[in-house]
Amino acid sequence: MEQFKGKVWLLGDDIDTDIIIPTEYLALPSVEDMKKYAFSPLREELAGQIEKGDIIVAGKNFGCGSSREQAPEIIKQLGVRCVIAKSFARIFFRNAINNGLLLIENKELSDDVAEGDVITVTIGEKIHAGGKDYPITPLPENLMDILNAGGLVKAMQARNGV
Amino acid sequence: MGMTIGEKIIARAAGVSSVKPGEIHTIDVDYLMSNDGTTHLTIDMFYNQLKNPRIADKDKLVFIIDHNIPAENPKTAAAHKKMREFAKKYDIAFYEGKGVCHQIMLEDFVEPGQFIMGADSHTCSYGAVGAFGTGIGCTDFLYAMVTGKSWVLVPETIRFNLTGKLREGVYPRDLILTIIGDIGANGCNYKIMEFAGEGAHGLSVNDRFVLCNLAVEAGAKTGIVEPDEKVVEFMKEHGRSYEHLYASDADASFLQVYDYDLSKIEPVVAEPHFVDNVKPLSEVGEVKIDEAFLGSCNNGRIDELRVAAAILKGRKVHPDVRFLITPASNSVYLQALEEGLVDIFLEAGAMMMNPNCSVCWGSCQGVIGEGEVLISTGTRNFKGRAGHKDSKVYLASAATVAASAVAGKIVGVERL
Amino acid sequence: MGHTLIEKIVMKNTGDVSVSPGEIKTVKVDRVMIHDIFIPFVVDKFREMGFQKVWDQDKVVLIYDHLVPTSAVEDVRHFKIGDAFVKEQGLTHFHRADGICHQLMPEMGYAKPGNIVFGTDSHTTTYGCVGCFSSGIGYTEMAAVLGTGEMWIRVPETIKVVINGKLPEGVYAKDIILRLIGDLRADGATYKVLEFSGSTVDEMSVSSRMTISNMAIEAGAKAALFAPDEKTCAYSGVKMEDVDWLYADEDAEYCQVMEYKAEELVPVLACPSQVDNIHDVAELAGTKLDQVFIGSCTNGRLEDLAVAAKILKGKKVAPFVKLIVTPASRSIYQEAVKAGYIGILAEAGAIVTHPGCGLCCGRACGILTDGERVLATNNRNFLGRMGTSKVEIFLGSPATAAASAVAGVIAME
Repeated sequence: MEQFKGKVWLLGDDIDTDIIIPTEYLALPSVEDMKKYAFSPLREELAGQIEKGDIIVAGKNFGCGSSREQAPEIIKQLGVRCVIAKSFARIFFRNAINNGLLLIENKELSDDVAEGDVITVTIGEKIHAGGKDYPITPLPENLMDILNAGGLVKAMQARNGV
Repeated sequence: MGMTIGEKIIARAAGVSSVKPGEIHTIDVDYLMSNDGTTHLTIDMFYNQLKNPRIADKDKLVFIIDHNIPAENPKTAAAHKKMREFAKKYDIAFYEGKGVCHQIMLEDFVEPGQFIMGADSHTCSYGAVGAFGTGIGCTDFLYAMVTGKSWVLVPETIRFNLTGKLREGVYPRDLILTIIGDIGANGCNYKIMEFAGEGAHGLSVNDRFVLCNLAVEAGAKTGIVEPDEKVVEFMKEHGRSYEHLYASDADASFLQVYDYDLSKIEPVVAEPHFVDNVKPLSEVGEVKIDEAFLGSCNNGRIDELRVAAAILKGRKVHPDVRFLITPASNSVYLQALEEGLVDIFLEAGAMMMNPNCSVCWGSCQGVIGEGEVLISTGTRNFKGRAGHKDSKVYLASAATVAASAVAGKIVGVERL
Repeated sequence: MGHTLIEKIVMKNTGDVSVSPGEIKTVKVDRVMIHDIFIPFVVDKFREMGFQKVWDQDKVVLIYDHLVPTSAVEDVRHFKIGDAFVKEQGLTHFHRADGICHQLMPEMGYAKPGNIVFGTDSHTTTYGCVGCFSSGIGYTEMAAVLGTGEMWIRVPETIKVVINGKLPEGVYAKDIILRLIGDLRADGATYKVLEFSGSTVDEMSVSSRMTISNMAIEAGAKAALFAPDEKTCAYSGVKMEDVDWLYADEDAEYCQVMEYKAEELVPVLACPSQVDNIHDVAELAGTKLDQVFIGSCTNGRLEDLAVAAKILKGKKVAPFVKLIVTPASRSIYQEAVKAGYIGILAEAGAIVTHPGCGLCCGRACGILTDGERVLATNNRNFLGRMGTSKVEIFLGSPATAAASAVAGVIAME
């Protein structure tokens, strides 16, 4: 199984889509233009601090609010390897899968880790943090198909023979 | 030696018996009007650059939020907040979202013979009721706010003798655009444009406002129509004084005199990117439009809304056109509601905007994008005025704008 | 074993004789709604996926509402791309300045009882007011639906919400849904359906039901459903006998049942900065306000404007307080003009804007700054939603909003 390590950015409960990307910036021409405003209502400096391979760990209901798909796209473009939260809002969840952004649901991790900790994820198996293992529940098959295809666009391209 | 209307008003404001062009006088200002375009800057100067910040006479001040209302971003909101708090602190007459500043000044403040300064170039409008209104910058405003006084270099007066009547389908808007086209954008630089003659007296106060409002587009210090019974009526209706009705003396000296026969005026369009780039409507080729705008302090009163409603009734706005209709004030809006005009506009597919400066100001509501074309009853068609730097603005009358909104291209009513 | 409303809609759609929560089903989509702000992204993904034509021109609705009127020069890019897509695909259901998408979808009959509808906006749950299974999706998913006409769903579990009795004076549908969200919390209905019933609901207008279904997403719900009745049929222009299959069975299985007595409900507000942070209006009375907003797909309908007009008639908005009123659609604006509500509101000093998302989507029409406080009738009060993160947003009913606008502080009708 694929394994990776990453530095933790710790966020709280109910991180909504307006926090991930405020509406004000949604009409900017590209996700690239928008990404510097990510999380700005909550932590203005955060977008500039996140580095490739980092991991966001959060509380419950991550991604609640709008259907704005820029939210998972921006998180992916910031270089975030995966988001681990107690729970995810469902539109965000689908959008993330469709964009190939890995989400892991775990009820305990966010209470146990601190910002800056380095944790190890073994996909489909476990998270290792602070000397403790946290098991990962595998995703349903149809979602794994989309993830394995590399996101919904690629899955549709395969269907259309593009 | 006699005096012109403008000279008489300056003399009164200066407390002297007569003034001559070229003299500099210290004057008492009757009103000082400032809007959300710049008031926050004035307030910053007031607090940061004065040793002893004070207000000479708070009753002379009028603050009006009209440019970006409702606010479109936190920066604008912060400017509004500053203005609101200042107005509250100093008990200054304060309007927010009630209409375009010049329209509110006309409805609630201006009296004939007054000298009024406003931190907005179109303050020149108040000559519609025989007052002297002129635009100033923040520094001048601050000085006048603190001292109650200002100075003025007495301008020369250029007289426009108007005769005859505008034909049906031709509007004061066509007249003033024609004049500006003839004399050029600096044709009256630092001069007073005085409108008189039976042609002028035939015009309503509303129509006179249209003329004076655009005086600054010919570079004028102000525009004044010789006040008469119609002004008296207007003041009576609004419960205000009409004590100082000035007319130019028979021996007053004018730098120049122009004669215009109103019956010869035809519908015109000011093409991009200058107000004096005026052409007869009939000579404007095939110009497709993306947006149409009916409103502004120049052309957003009940008269213009009625003209547009008559054209739009039973018709639909072209599917490729965004048509914004913005009453100049809340009272204009209420009147339009009462007369059923709002319903006609909505039924036709227009957008019914709240009273404000709208796309004439071009920083928020209805801004146009790259390569787009707007036909507008606004005051200016400078490059980029309504949005993107590579967009175009054509200026025309309410009738032409409404007809064009229906046709999807610039046309007169007769071509619908 | 009986079935819930959502199960019946899915069964009708797929032809299955029975479905149960947790099953993955591919459904045929009856309509999709795409709004201006995401049009360029949907079109891009649609092409990138290799599609040429939408699966069914009649089933696609494009609505411009978030960017109407434009407030930045880049905004028109969305219209240009939308206009071109409409022409290229030969679409006929298309609204450039007629109001908010969620108002127009049921109002124009695009979303009807028993339909399955997806939209690019989270408040697509609104159409459950007429018994339509509707939910928000992202633009990539939308592009795939446009090409295929299908979407997979996991059949959701249902929470049954029963409200019985007569609402006290001054308590409205908005107070009910806010109370419910407060009880469920922001994630309490995640991927579940809220199914509403009871005598209070039966008595409610379709507009009031719309207020409730609109906000279901704020508890994380996939959808919110009301079984169609005579009122629904009149509103949606369908016959009762065509929708008589759409009711919840007595023995349907629910993951949770919540019961409310209407008489016990009071006016409430969602306080900064979570929709589930619910407090009684009485508790907050006297809190100073800078602005009040009546509008949005939650509460910008005729009955909302009527309540506001009743309260504001002959009164004035408090000095230095702004009241912004944004009707939810062009037809509502017209009806409100004819009923005299708009005149009353404008006379009281309200700023009446053209129908659109306005302030609710945080792009224009009343943005605030540090230290300001707004009471609004819309659906979200997230941090930074209406300006800076130092703006406090309270959500309440149009009655609370109107009474507070007059008082200049939070007040009850």
